[in-house]
Amino acid sequence: MTADLLLTLPVLAPAIGVALCALAWSHPLLQRLISLAASLGLLCASVALLLAVRDGTVIATQFGGWAPPFGISFVGDMFSAAMVLITGLMAVAVGIYGLVGDVEARENAFYHVLYQGLLLGVTGAFLTGDIFNLYVWFEIMLISSFGLLSLGGTREQLDAGIKYVTLNLIATTFFLMSVAFLYGMTGTLNMADLARVIPTLENQGLVTALALMFLATFGAKAAVFPLFYWLPAAYHTASAPIVAIFAALLTKVGVYAIIRTFTLLFDGDAGYTGPIVTAVAIFTMVTGVLGAAAHFDIRRILSFHIVSQIGYMLFGIAVATPLAIGGSILYVIHHIIVKANLFLIAGVVNRAGGSFDLKQTGGLYRTMPMLGVLFLIPALSLAGLPPLSGFWSKFTVIKASLEAGHIVLATAGLAVGILTLYSMIKIWNEAFWKAAPDQSGQTMRRWQADRRARIIMLSPVVVLAAITLTIGLFAEPFVDYSLRAGEQLLDKSAYIDAVFGAPAQVTEARP
Amino acid sequence: MNSMILRATSRLILPAALIFSVYVLLRGHNEPGGGFIGGLIAAAGIAVHAIPRGRVSLTQLIFASPKTYIGTGLVIALASGLPAFWLAQPYLMHQWPFQAIALGTTLIFDIGVYLVVIGAVLSFLFYYLEE
Repeated sequence: MTADLLLTLPVLAPAIGVALCALAWSHPLLQRLISLAASLGLLCASVALLLAVRDGTVIATQFGGWAPPFGISFVGDMFSAAMVLITGLMAVAVGIYGLVGDVEARENAFYHVLYQGLLLGVTGAFLTGDIFNLYVWFEIMLISSFGLLSLGGTREQLDAGIKYVTLNLIATTFFLMSVAFLYGMTGTLNMADLARVIPTLENQGLVTALALMFLATFGAKAAVFPLFYWLPAAYHTASAPIVAIFAALLTKVGVYAIIRTFTLLFDGDAGYTGPIVTAVAIFTMVTGVLGAAAHFDIRRILSFHIVSQIGYMLFGIAVATPLAIGGSILYVIHHIIVKANLFLIAGVVNRAGGSFDLKQTGGLYRTMPMLGVLFLIPALSLAGLPPLSGFWSKFTVIKASLEAGHIVLATAGLAVGILTLYSMIKIWNEAFWKAAPDQSGQTMRRWQADRRARIIMLSPVVVLAAITLTIGLFAEPFVDYSLRAGEQLLDKSAYIDAVFGAPAQVTEARP
Repeated sequence: MNSMILRATSRLILPAALIFSVYVLLRGHNEPGGGFIGGLIAAAGIAVHAIPRGRVSLTQLIFASPKTYIGTGLVIALASGLPAFWLAQPYLMHQWPFQAIALGTTLIFDIGVYLVVIGAVLSFLFYYLEE
C-alpha cells in the first residue's frame, strides 16, 4: 500500500464512523454495527501502518497534494504508529465493552458519534505533522470528550463537564497563542519545516520561552503537576467504558505531544527545560499517588493514578537520553493497556458488587475468583511488579535516569511504585477480600444471571490482561521496538526527509 | 415566539437567503465564499422561517432531521476525497474531469460542508423551537 493510503485510513475509518453514525442517528442497533466496524477498520489500518514503519522508515503524505510546508502533512514513524495501533486496540476493546450497562441511555445521547469523534481526534493528533493541525485535532478531541462526559446529563456530570471543558479550553487557547508566537517567529507551521528553521533562529532565548509555553499547554492536556486539577474533578462521574477510553487516550495525547515537540522542535535547549521537566515529573508522581491514597471511590483512586503515572512518562524528556525516551514510549504503551483495563474492571466491580464506592462493596473474590486474578494482573503491573509489563517499563526509565545521574528522580520513581502498590492492595482488600455487605447479594445474583453482559464485559478485560502478560513475559520485541522508536525520534533528519523528499507526494499518472 | 413581523418577513427572507446561499457556495471556488458561509446563510434563512412557526414546520421545510443533514454532508465531503486514492494520489487531492469548465470534486466537498453547517446550526436551533 502507498503511504497516502496507510496514513489516511486510520483517520478515515473513525471519520466515516462519525458520518454514518450521524446518518443512522435514529437506529441505535445500526449505529452499534457501524461503530464497531469503524473501530475494527481503525485497528486493521493501524496494524498495516505499523508493519510499514517497523523497520525504521518514516512515511509522509500531503493532504490534497499541496506541497510542504504549505499543505498539511501527515507523518508516520515508529512512535506514532505504535500509538495509533494502541488506539485501535482500545477502540475495539472499549467499543465491545460499551455495549452493555446503560447503553440505551447513552445511545440516545449520540454515544457512538461522540465515541468515533474522540477516536478521530486522537488518531489525527498522533499522525499529524503540522502544529496548527494538531490544535484542530485537540479541539475535536475536546468537544467529543465533553459530550461523552456529560452524556448522562445528571447534575454531577454537568458540573464535572463544565470544569473539564473550561479548564481544557484555557489550555487549548494557550496552545493557540503559543502556535501564533511560533508562527510569528518562524513563518511556518509544518513540524518538519519548524525542525529545520528553529535551530537557525537568532533569538534562542525566545525559543526557550516558547518551549516552556508548549510544555505548559501540553502539560495541562497530559495532566501534570500543577495543571492536573481538571482530571480528578471530572473522571469520576462518567460511566465505566467512557472513563476507560478517556483514561487510555486523552492524557496520552498530551504526553505524545510533549515527547514529539521536545524531540523534534525544542531539543536545542534541553539544558534549560530538563531540570523543570524533572521537577514536574517528581511532583506529578508524588501528588498523584498521595491523592489516590485518600480516596475510596475506585474511579477516583484510578484517576489520581493516571496523574501519578504521567510522571514516569516524562522521564524521557527529563533525562533526554535515547534509553529514557525509549523507556517513556514503552511506558505509554504499557500504561494505556493497563489503565484502561483497570477502569473496565472497575465497571465490572460496580455491576457485580453494586457500587464504585469501596466501602459499599466487597467479597468479590469469594464469588468471582477469576475476576480477582484479572484485577491483579493490571494492578500489579501498574505498581511495577515483575514479570508484568509495568516492571519492564519502570525498569527501563529508572535505569535510564540512574545512568544519567538523576538520583532524585529515580528514587521518587521507586518510592511512588511502592505507594501505587498500596492503593492497588487497598482496592483488592476492600472490593475482593473483605466480607460482602449484606445488601450486595441481589446485585450479584443479577450479574450471575446475565450471561450476555458477563461475556461482553469480561472478554475485553481478558484480552487486555493477556496483552499485559505478553508484554511482561515476552518483553524483548516490545522493549526493542520502543528503544528503536526512541532513537528514531532523536534523529530528526529522517522525519524531515520524509516530509520534504517523500516519494508519496509526487503526483504520478495513473498506473 | 409567534411574531407577526417575523412571519411576514420570513416569506421574503427564506427564498432570498436560499438562493443567495447557493450563489455564495458556487462563487467560493475562486472568490470569497464557499460551503461554510453558504451554509450559514441558508441556515439563517431557515431559522427565520422556523422561529415563529415552531419545530413541526422546520421538519416539514427541510424534510428530515437536521442530524441527517450532518451525516449526509459528512459522507459527501469524505467521499469527495476518495477518487484520489484510485489515482494513487494523496487523499483529498481534487480532480478536474472536464477541461473546459472548472467543475471538480472540490464542489462536492463544498456541498458536503454546506450541508454539515446547515445541519449543525439547525440541530442547535431545534431544541429552542416551540413544539
